[in-house]
Amino acid sequence: MTEKKHHTAHHGKKKGEADKEWEPKIVGFLCNWCSYAGADLCGVSRFQYPTNIRLVRVMCSTRVSPHLVLEVFEAGADGILIGGCHLNDCHYMTGNFHTEKRVNLMKKLLREAGIDEGRLRLEWVSASEGEKFSKVVTEFTEEIQKLGQSKVHADDMVKAKVAAADDASETFRLKALVGKEFNLLDKGNAYGDKLDPEKFRGIIDAATEDEFERALILELARIRPMSVKQLGMVMDTPTDRILRHIVLLRQNSKIAMEHPEGFTPVYKTVAIGGEQ
Amino acid sequence: MPENTNTEKEKPRIGVFICHCGSNIGGFVDVKAVTEYASTLPDVAYATDNLYTCAEDGLNNIKESIKEHNLNRVVVSSCTPRTHAPLFQRTCEAAGVNKYMFTFVNIREHCSWVHMKQKEKATQKAKDLVRMGVARARFLEPQEETKVDVTPVALVVGGGVSGMTAALSLANMGFPVHLVEKEKALGGFVKNLHGLMMTTKSANETIKPLIDKVDAHKNITQHLSSHLASVEGFIGNYDVSIGGDGAEAKDVKVGTIIVATGAVPLVPEGLFGYKEHPNIITSTEFEELCNKKELPKLKSVAFIQCAGARGQKVSYCSRICCNVAIKSAISIAENRDNMLGVTEEEGGVVEEPVAEKKAEDEGLDRRRRRRGRGRREEGEAGEESAPSSGVDITVFNRDVMAYGVENELEFNKAREKRVKFIRYVPDNLPKVSVKDGKLEVEYFHETLKMERTMPVDMVILSTPLVAQPDAATLSQLLKVPLGQEGFFQEAHVKLRPVDFATDGVYVCGTCRGPADIAEAVYQAAAAASRAAIPLANGFVQAEALTSRVDETKCTGCGTCVEVCPYGALRKSEEGISEVIAAACKGCGCCGATCPEGAITMTHYTDLQLLAEAKAALEEV
Ligand SMILES: Cc1cc2nc3c(=O)[nH]c(=O)nc-3n(C[C@H](O)[C@H](O)[C@H](O)COP(=O)(O)OP(=O)(O)OC[C@H]3O[C@@H](n4cnc5c(N)ncnc54)[C@H](O)[C@@H]3O)c2cc1C
Ligand code: SF4
Ligand code: SF4
Repeated sequence: MTEKKHHTAHHGKKKGEADKEWEPKIVGFLCNWCSYAGADLCGVSRFQYPTNIRLVRVMCSTRVSPHLVLEVFEAGADGILIGGCHLNDCHYMTGNFHTEKRVNLMKKLLREAGIDEGRLRLEWVSASEGEKFSKVVTEFTEEIQKLGQSKVHADDMVKAKVAAADDASETFRLKALVGKEFNLLDKGNAYGDKLDPEKFRGIIDAATEDEFERALILELARIRPMSVKQLGMVMDTPTDRILRHIVLLRQNSKIAMEHPEGFTPVYKTVAIGGEQ
Repeated sequence: MPENTNTEKEKPRIGVFICHCGSNIGGFVDVKAVTEYASTLPDVAYATDNLYTCAEDGLNNIKESIKEHNLNRVVVSSCTPRTHAPLFQRTCEAAGVNKYMFTFVNIREHCSWVHMKQKEKATQKAKDLVRMGVARARFLEPQEETKVDVTPVALVVGGGVSGMTAALSLANMGFPVHLVEKEKALGGFVKNLHGLMMTTKSANETIKPLIDKVDAHKNITQHLSSHLASVEGFIGNYDVSIGGDGAEAKDVKVGTIIVATGAVPLVPEGLFGYKEHPNIITSTEFEELCNKKELPKLKSVAFIQCAGARGQKVSYCSRICCNVAIKSAISIAENRDNMLGVTEEEGGVVEEPVAEKKAEDEGLDRRRRRRGRGRREEGEAGEESAPSSGVDITVFNRDVMAYGVENELEFNKAREKRVKFIRYVPDNLPKVSVKDGKLEVEYFHETLKMERTMPVDMVILSTPLVAQPDAATLSQLLKVPLGQEGFFQEAHVKLRPVDFATDGVYVCGTCRGPADIAEAVYQAAAAASRAAIPLANGFVQAEALTSRVDETKCTGCGTCVEVCPYGALRKSEEGISEVIAAACKGCGCCGATCPEGAITMTHYTDLQLLAEAKAALEEV
């Protein structure tokens, strides 16, 4: 899915934003051993690149959970770069194989949320690829320039969807599936059997869709109580699917029904912990 | 938020030190403006700029400012943490600030040097980067590094040359060693060999002194006909159960482990007529026949090099086979120990007189001059007379890998003894066939550019060493990796060739890849010295960058245990995951994986990383 280019802003722009010329805001998460070192070498070699990227160092790209990425998108990042060691060169042996699986999930969730997946990029940059680093950043910045400014601050629905993607990424089901994906597909299970990758990916895809829709229902019904029909319309999703999700969410006490006499039942997200 | 409780305890007082790095930063970023901006950021108690923060002055400035402004967190904004973090961390500690309360901001490699023509934008970026660093610093927490005692005992797996050498080195340093060998005797593969390169002593004579020393050493406990049944624990503290044939398992506690399980020769199933005639044998079988004195009568022998190697069954060069063939060729040429079983009537044993050798040397020199250097290994069939033992010897090769000083000398010696070296190309392998019970090698003579046939009495296939078939079992037990060819894989091919990435486990000998005895011995001595470091220190100190499991959230699903590449997580008796701090390397894989969000990465918490990343997006 690509982003809709022309959107009517629900809440208008934040003050000051309109008159300042827009510059892409890009965050890069780089692993200490390869990409960060590659970015260092790029500097030492004086390869130039655009100033838009801000780098955050992690020990391994495997640290970059979908939650980190999606929350930074939710906070308004226009693009996020994840840099790791080349496959089989990971300082922690298998870390970046897991990164790859997680990035697949992040991209799927971005698609669900209607965000162009080109806003997230995974690159392997070794400690000796200083020039490659400058190329990657230059290209990525150009790509983000083309995709334009993130709509999360301008459009509440976009924000709700990114928030839902973030919540979905934190669900037990998705984390467990993606967490086990590398070991199950690439290393085989305890008996040495390998699963059919297509089948496994199919399972993850279906789960991602489900979890995203449920998270979005909760996100929307947190703002105001909504009926199944309303949810279906706003989410552009068949009502039978919405109803199925609602039944499950009610079983798990995540959503409550309000049924005033003579009106269609509406659903409201149950506040947990410190949430209102 | 449970992650950050210290703000109540101690309000952050952050000191920010911004470096000009001479003109490296100062020339491209307005450092004064960045410093001024830094002083306006929340919780920043002091901000200053230094010409060189890492120089004596700069470091003293950090120390004094910590005292003067009562700082409890320090941000240095300069070059790269990859080279300078330890220096600034020590400085903080010297002034009483925990090293984990320090944050590095890179405005040189990641800013001034890559935006050299955009001072305004680079200055803005430097401000943003400092703001990110300060945001992170606000959520830092002091950490204690864990110190774990080490059991000063080593375990060596494999009793070949390398295992024995490693065990003996450690034993001589005074450490008790358990040496586990699956066969009923020590010696390893060398036991099968007849002679060795570069020595006239037999293989068994050569290694006997080593075996004797191991036998006699009071610090070495041998476990023969044994294997590792289970291994639990981590560097300094392994609980190992050693299983024996029928015997009860013995449990030992060790601090470090050396893997020296060797390799086996490839069985060239389906290659070069192997098994189609009793005289088509491998080089290993040749050594065994020599040992048993069962060589058939020979008038001509052909070696075929790289049989199964370099793109046939395995991709690599097995490193030793050329030199092994040269060794065997010389011993046949010399009829060493009357290996050919020549009787008195037939002419007796050939031990070459010195005079003959000298004449031969001269002959060789003449030939060299005649042929030129380029074709020096090309022996033309039939051109010269046979070696003095009377056996024609031909080595079919792709190219002769007689690397280094000694091997080259041996190679020359073989040529002096009229061993013929004939080249083949991989697209046109020599063919071995049996005609009327006789062996023939058909080959394409690359120099003469013609097909030729050579009748021979024996074909010796130089097959590569391949990984032990049960290497995977040991690799899983010890949680150390195998490379693509099934050999054990070291931590770094150049800089850490005898370490595994997992601390506490080391590797040497042919289980790491083909090597001759001398090379196996170097590696063994190296591995022993690496393995001795933690034993001698008596403790290991782990950086506090480890994972932490919240027992109230963990449901014991075990996903983290599966993904950790270092076996640093295990299930406690309550079925809940626990971290072995000394084994954890802090990669964060478990943290990003845990479906319950029960794992926090120390010093790289979500809170810290999100504060840092989100600060990049603030409008200023
Ligand atoms: C045909 C041939 C000729 C050679 N000729 C020469 C020569 O002339 N000169 C020379 O320098 N080199 C020669 N070599 C190479 C030489 O054999 C090796 O360099 C040497 O054997 C390496 O010693 P190692 O201890 O690493 O391995 P090995 O000798 O293979 O010893 C490994 C030991 O570990 C034991 N083991 C394996 N798995 C386990 C386990 N799971 N648990 C417990 N124990 C285990 C094995 O039983 C064995 O005893 C030759 C090799 C071949 C194949
Ligand atoms: S993955 Fe999380 S919940 Fe599962 S065992 Fe590990 S810490 Fe516990
Ligand atoms: S951080 Fe990495 S090394 Fe440490 S326990 Fe988790 S997965 Fe293992």
